Amino acid sequence: MSILGTRVLRTEDPKFLTSGGVYTEDVVDDRLDGACHVFFVRSPLAHARINSVDVSAALEAPGVVAVYTGADLADLAPIPPSAAGLINTEMQQRLLATDKTRFVGEPVAAVVTEHPYQGEDAIELVSVDYEALPAVLGFDPSDDSLLYEAAGTNVAGYWGDASSLNPELFDGCEVVVKETIINQRVAPAPMETRAAAAVWGEDGRLTAWIPNQGAQGTKAELAKLLGIDESLVRVITPDVGGAFGAKFGADPEHVVTAWVARRLGRPARWTETRYENLIAMTHGRAQQHTVTIGGSRDGNVQAYRLEIVQDAGAYPRIGAVLPMLTILMTTGPYDIPKAESVAKVVVTTTTPIGAYRGAGRPEATAAIERAIDLFAAEIGADPADVRRKNLLAPFTEPHRTAFGALYDTGDYVAALDKALDAAGYAELRKEQAQRRASGDIRQLGIGVASYVEITGMGDGEGTPPQENATVEVHPDGTATILTGTSPHGQGHATAWAMIASEELGIPIDKITLKWGDTDLIPEGGGTGGSRSLQQGGAAVQQAAQELIELARLRAAAQLEANAADLVFDKSRSAFNVAGDPDASVPLTQLAENERLLIRTVFSQPGATFPFGTHVAVVEVDTETGKTSLRRVITVDDAGTILNPLLAEGQRHGGIGQGAAQAFLEEVVYDEDGNPLTTSFADYPIVSATEVPSFELADMATPTTYNPLGAKGIGEAGSIGSTPAVQNAVVDAVAHLGVRHIDMPVTSRRVWQALQAAQPGSEQ
Amino acid sequence: MTQIELTVNGEKRSDEVEPRLLLVHYLREVLGLRAANVGCDTTSCGACTVLLDGKSVKSCTVLAVQASGHEVTTAEGLSADGELHPVQAAFRQNHGLQCGFCTPGMVMAAVGLLSENPHPTETQVREGLEGNLCRCTGYHNIIRAVLAAADAEQTSTTGTDAEVAA
Amino acid sequence: MIPAQFDYVAAESTAHALGLLAEHGDDAKLLAGGHSLLPMMKLRLAQPEILIDIGGLTELAGVSLTGAELVVGATTRHADLAASELVRAEAPLLAYAASQVGDPQIRHRGTIGGSLSHADPAADLPMALVALGGSVELQGPGGSRTVSADDFFQGFFETAMQPDELLTAVRVPRRPGVPWGYQKFVRRANDWAIVGVAAVDGRIALANMGPKPVRATAVEEALAGGASPAEAARHAADGTSPGEDMHADREYRRHLARVLTRRALEHETG
Repeated sequence: MSILGTRVLRTEDPKFLTSGGVYTEDVVDDRLDGACHVFFVRSPLAHARINSVDVSAALEAPGVVAVYTGADLADLAPIPPSAAGLINTEMQQRLLATDKTRFVGEPVAAVVTEHPYQGEDAIELVSVDYEALPAVLGFDPSDDSLLYEAAGTNVAGYWGDASSLNPELFDGCEVVVKETIINQRVAPAPMETRAAAAVWGEDGRLTAWIPNQGAQGTKAELAKLLGIDESLVRVITPDVGGAFGAKFGADPEHVVTAWVARRLGRPARWTETRYENLIAMTHGRAQQHTVTIGGSRDGNVQAYRLEIVQDAGAYPRIGAVLPMLTILMTTGPYDIPKAESVAKVVVTTTTPIGAYRGAGRPEATAAIERAIDLFAAEIGADPADVRRKNLLAPFTEPHRTAFGALYDTGDYVAALDKALDAAGYAELRKEQAQRRASGDIRQLGIGVASYVEITGMGDGEGTPPQENATVEVHPDGTATILTGTSPHGQGHATAWAMIASEELGIPIDKITLKWGDTDLIPEGGGTGGSRSLQQGGAAVQQAAQELIELARLRAAAQLEANAADLVFDKSRSAFNVAGDPDASVPLTQLAENERLLIRTVFSQPGATFPFGTHVAVVEVDTETGKTSLRRVITVDDAGTILNPLLAEGQRHGGIGQGAAQAFLEEVVYDEDGNPLTTSFADYPIVSATEVPSFELADMATPTTYNPLGAKGIGEAGSIGSTPAVQNAVVDAVAHLGVRHIDMPVTSRRVWQALQAAQPGSEQ
Repeated sequence: MTQIELTVNGEKRSDEVEPRLLLVHYLREVLGLRAANVGCDTTSCGACTVLLDGKSVKSCTVLAVQASGHEVTTAEGLSADGELHPVQAAFRQNHGLQCGFCTPGMVMAAVGLLSENPHPTETQVREGLEGNLCRCTGYHNIIRAVLAAADAEQTSTTGTDAEVAA
Repeated sequence: MIPAQFDYVAAESTAHALGLLAEHGDDAKLLAGGHSLLPMMKLRLAQPEILIDIGGLTELAGVSLTGAELVVGATTRHADLAASELVRAEAPLLAYAASQVGDPQIRHRGTIGGSLSHADPAADLPMALVALGGSVELQGPGGSRTVSADDFFQGFFETAMQPDELLTAVRVPRRPGVPWGYQKFVRRANDWAIVGVAAVDGRIALANMGPKPVRATAVEEALAGGASPAEAARHAADGTSPGEDMHADREYRRHLARVLTRRALEHETG
């Protein structure tokens, strides 16, 4: 019986449950003996010139080994903006701020101490002479105060502009609705903060332990920023305590830690505090959407326009180019005859924006799902009916959208209907009607969101999306897999072992997965963009199958038979001559004289497009505005599911994070650019009491793009839930005249919306 | 420096520590017990949760000197003879962990919860874990794991985890 | 994340603790559960030179009855207070307030004495004590004195305690069977109240509507004059000076005070 598709418990768990994961701060290694500890002095101002840095007092503090400033790193090149051709190239970041600082939390100096407790004492003694400049904030920052004088503007880049828009787009629409919507800035806030441990060997090579989402990418970034050849860098990936998109590549602090180790000729370690993490790890989202949606009174959406402003933060990192993905997914799962989308990217004196679970795609979904609800409200139609009417019809041949996305397979109406059915939608609407009629203080809101999203999209530079895997069978009956993916909670050690086990007939507890060491696995795409199973898993399958074929030749020689006459019996993990089970040789025996391994690269024709519908049920206390999330029902169709236990876990986590953006989380800055949400007391990541148990309905429309039939599922949960919850809260008070409430739909926002809709009434 | 004497996972310890040394750092750096993690600065996240005299506490907000004369149990001290504690086993059975960073603290908080309320409702489990934050799981499977552990204790299983059949 | 350096001494008796306080004055802070003080010290918002640990003084813990009052020792933990059969019978509002502080781990460590002397206007126990009309016993070099809750909380994190005084006990009137209500409006579990209301026996106290717990005297007068809970609650914001922060502006806080006061007067907890 096949192990694929079954609920296999994770082989990694006993370690995590007993001695605990070994995260970067936990790593004990002879090479790190005698390590010094790096601490960062960070800018307390959003925007300032740095006139001077006085380190003399810090140098005298107990245990201080050294203090470095930007001047010490002058020979290292600055970090260029992402996608330099698209983004103004003047917008560069120095590893330690030198002439200017552009966000609260930017590293300005590095203090190195013998023991960790001495660092926080010493950083207080570094004295920086700042000359404050006006903060630059918001989606339409003026150019009066420039972050980059040489750029001459705070606009970092454009994809189209007003002149690209068709003024006649909505001609012929009986109904047109326009709204400006904020997709607010959030903090990825993985439970493990950023960290690094670095040491240079006598051979001049750097070994760096860094929590990351792809060691190969981190290595390339480190080498580039240190100005050395990649062959001199080895990145080792310890256990990673969550990432959510924010642990790709290398941040200035990682590079400085490595530089310190080289400069001092001794190992160096760094771990950031949660305060630092909340202000200096890249943030997510921060888009403003102006949506215009038009159509006929009977519910046909005929035109849609999405105008995006991306706040990239102070330094254009990957966040600055995410609007490209938002634009790509503009119309989502809908069949809208005319649609257009443009984007502008601005820099502000805030933390740089990076990738965060969904990275550009949740934004597109959130915008159109709000727009569909606004349209439905305008024509007085049920929002589920409007969706059903406008979703693309089911297709099995790839469907290309006007924005250039090639959806592989999809049946969006089926997903909608399945989710509504699982939710008991008609019953919910009845209950809502009853509560409305009786004027119940606690009103019921039902929110629907349909989505399609792009996963496994490759590096976007023309090569088809791909991943490598090496599978080796050992004479002792065990097997090893090397993968280019980089798990940080997704369970690849179990999942890839399942795939290999299925091909090799070796039990999963005898299969070990290795990843994240660039000396062992020089190439790999890491884990992000929900790519790992469809490409990394498929690569493991391909490698295992190719290994069986290689082994077959050896078996044929050993059994003195024709390869074509041999069968591989998975239940015994052995080859035998067809019809003669006793003429057999175990697979592992074929590894005795010569290593038995295959390295392969699996290429996929393109990205895949999972899809689904989320239904959220909320109760809103109309006196206080407080929302209680009662139910979330989802269909997340990511094709064939390899391990339902793991897939459900990904969906749960995505739903929790997505819902949290809708009604709880927001990074807040005051008007001087000071962050106000700098701890977990202020930044409210969701606890177990704010969310219910989730209801997952299953649907699997396989892709033809890989033999596993798998699309990506890691981000889908967070894409559908955010608009579903937002729509639900608005729906709860729609009968009281509320049309829109921006996220997070906090109790205060709901109450203010109620006041605005019904002025003068004390709720 | 202050002399402390305490018992950790059943073993007596005697050490000299700085008064400001947090219990979590004493456990991690002095004793090498690194399952408990530091996840925040404001006593919010619970990744550092251990048992102090059998009660769940956040070891980042206890000074090592305050633990002198008392007993500390960490996740490493829960399992005996290589067998998972019933709560640990339930977390595994129910996929109650993903990246694992919050897990030791979550497990210790759950052990503490069940020692005070052996048969909690789902709401009581959620409220009982409000001091433990998880970013990966959405809590769904954590809650199932704790409820399953409560049931398992009721029916007195041995606490070994079984491989799930296909 | 790490406190600044300090000296530490474990007090061997109340008298020992008082002697140390007299010696060190403002340079010293008392440590019991540490769950108001240590978070401040870890953020370096407090940097005492010496900590006097009274956590081991068992004579300062425990619950007892005298005549008309319930007496709670200062180092009684929130969890023990919440679970105490005696407190639940005689002053259930106090037990409930203790059950709402932070989360279970915090409640295993935090003490009533620590929480009251910290005097966070958004906290549960200061508000509860004011609603209950309780008092605190303070011991100093000159002897002991009792200060009513109304007089004890003086401002933002400010109490009537002198630097050489120790809070030894809390007293509340016994009110078995008297209905009470409690409302704590939070954004998320574990948060401090955006606005809180505690109501019992015609006394109403508000949390986070000013620099200290506020008696809603206008509400109390209305009730005494025969108004219904709904009518009386309309006055909940009178005489308050709520602050503004990212959770709420003044107007929203005043509105919440009115709604939550009505609910508390209707003996709801939430």
